[in-house]
Amino acid sequence: MIEKKKFLFEFTDITKTYHVPQGLFSASRSLNALRNLSLNIRQGEVLGLVGESGCGKSTLAKILLRLEHPTSGEIIFSGKPFSEIKRSKLSEIVQPIFQDPYSSLNPSKTIGQIIEMPLIVHGNHDKKNRRHRVQKMLELMALPSRMLNVYPDQMSGGQRQRVAIARALITEPEMIICDEPTSALDVSVQAQVVNLLMSLQQKFKLTYLFITHDLAVVEHIADRVAVMYLGQIVEEAMTDEIFSSPKHPYTQALLGSVLTPDPRKAAPKINLGAAYPNPIDLPCGCAFHPRCPKALLPDCSVIAPDLVQFGKRNVMCSQINLNELRS
Amino acid sequence: MVNDRPENILTVDNLVVDIPTPAGVLHAVRDVSFGLKKGRTLGIVGESGCGKSVTVMAIIGLLSKKIRVTAEQLKFSDMDLLGLSGRKFADIRGEHISMIFQEPMTALNPVYTIGEQLTEGYLRHRSATKANARNKALRLLDRVGISSAERRLNQYPHELSGGLRQRVMIAMALMCDPDIIIADEPTTALDVTIQAQILSLLSELQKETGTAMIIVSHDLGVISRVADHVLVMYAGRIVESGTAEQIFATPTHPYTQGLFSCIPVPGKTPKGSMLGSIPGVVPSLIGDLKGCMFRPRCDLASDRCLAQIPAVNFPVQHHVWCVAPVEELKERSEKVMLF
Repeated sequence: MIEKKKFLFEFTDITKTYHVPQGLFSASRSLNALRNLSLNIRQGEVLGLVGESGCGKSTLAKILLRLEHPTSGEIIFSGKPFSEIKRSKLSEIVQPIFQDPYSSLNPSKTIGQIIEMPLIVHGNHDKKNRRHRVQKMLELMALPSRMLNVYPDQMSGGQRQRVAIARALITEPEMIICDEPTSALDVSVQAQVVNLLMSLQQKFKLTYLFITHDLAVVEHIADRVAVMYLGQIVEEAMTDEIFSSPKHPYTQALLGSVLTPDPRKAAPKINLGAAYPNPIDLPCGCAFHPRCPKALLPDCSVIAPDLVQFGKRNVMCSQINLNELRS
Repeated sequence: MVNDRPENILTVDNLVVDIPTPAGVLHAVRDVSFGLKKGRTLGIVGESGCGKSVTVMAIIGLLSKKIRVTAEQLKFSDMDLLGLSGRKFADIRGEHISMIFQEPMTALNPVYTIGEQLTEGYLRHRSATKANARNKALRLLDRVGISSAERRLNQYPHELSGGLRQRVMIAMALMCDPDIIIADEPTTALDVTIQAQILSLLSELQKETGTAMIIVSHDLGVISRVADHVLVMYAGRIVESGTAEQIFATPTHPYTQGLFSCIPVPGKTPKGSMLGSIPGVVPSLIGDLKGCMFRPRCDLASDRCLAQIPAVNFPVQHHVWCVAPVEELKERSEKVMLF
């Protein structure tokens, strides 16, 4: 069903390199935040993007929002080259929701002004129409209309996040980038925001890129999941497949560390070694091999695996690639 | 619990914390009572502002002097912690009761090396030589899984990753072989894989040393995996307490039930279904507070809830501060149990 949907975004071989200064007398070194990353986002799907901090999730989001430009690689957006789309046009189509609703809303503007702003930016000069749309948006978010004249600091965290969602939706975008939208919120408020995001997605057939470290939420909301490690997608599949049979050792470790509430179980033993490698000094071969419990040395430290397709699933692990090929 | 006091290493009886604010007195913690036994783990769970952190900060004596802390009893072993002077308390802190904070970046001093910070408490409490303290630090760093410990001692906090810093915090808490470790959201700032590692490390170390632990978290998963006994707090009060099994198998207070219905559990919550929610917002804790504070958000609320709420004892140890009919609570608890 989802396979038939057309692609909204097609990333091919995207690399993003940052130059990191090493002090006054040393040459700066390059950090590859994204390394030859290929990923498709289908129209109307919820794509969960998971991985540890520093794996490049947010860099990918920034490129989607054109806050950053890829160093190399090709992006096709709705069949057209991404670079041909003007930024103003893009911001009507792709909108972000950020993690912390305390810092993402301007404290000196009222809620009405905050939600209205994107309309003004996009050249809507009809004041009456703007008012009407803001009003409707508030209703959609189940915020009372008296909130229009309230400032962000008078609102709770959950209400603020709903304002951030309203601001993202007012231009009627096709795609929302949710960068940890529930991480800063309390458990009960988190549920409200997840519910709201789910119902909005169904109502407006929105496409979500849902970036989070909360795997339980991803399992609940996402259609498809991409797992990132050090700037690469190491596994990508439908949510059920990933959660029922993770193939990549890193995905297995990630899922193994989910703490489902169960007092009969102890905290899981994760065999990953403590250190996340320094992204400036990438391990050679498979970037995951120093932490990988299944690494076969020296092979894994020499051969960098490719993302290989097995059925509907993509996995980047030479061990698995060989095993699957044999069977 | 409170009945078998002799075994308790920490006894808290009717702890009250009042914070003066320009708008009036904020009742941050009210009538919190519990006992902590040697080698056991107590979990305190609740949402922000419920008083869980203030409770442990009051126990370890780190609240500002302006804040009024009273209790019928606040005892570490046989020592009364309430009347203790600053200097006396400093003798206990780190030596007998130590703390692991949430954010290892802010809890570690950026201008001192890991080694200096690790040994500071040890040198203060034990009349040990620097070499002794350094040896102990090396042993502990090794024990908490930090490789090349010798080199780490001379490094500064910013040179370490978040996971390593939290390991340093744990090693620091263990330096003087404390009787109680208080961990306030010890893994909230960490990645999930590191969280699992840190939690299993804490459990392991606890088994080895027989230290008692209080772990504060908003994360029901963390609490369920680590705690033996659980307190659920709401608006400054305990609303439900019991063993972890009791709390997670038969959540009985309407707030606990609401909280549990809010989290998706992989393999249990139907995918894409609407999650439960608790309507309304947390009440203000300033001024006169009467009856059950959850009343405005509770669908079982009635006039009875305005009165003082006594604890209802379910069989052994399981206490629920709610006056709604027990049958009704029990019936609902089956729907939200988490395992």
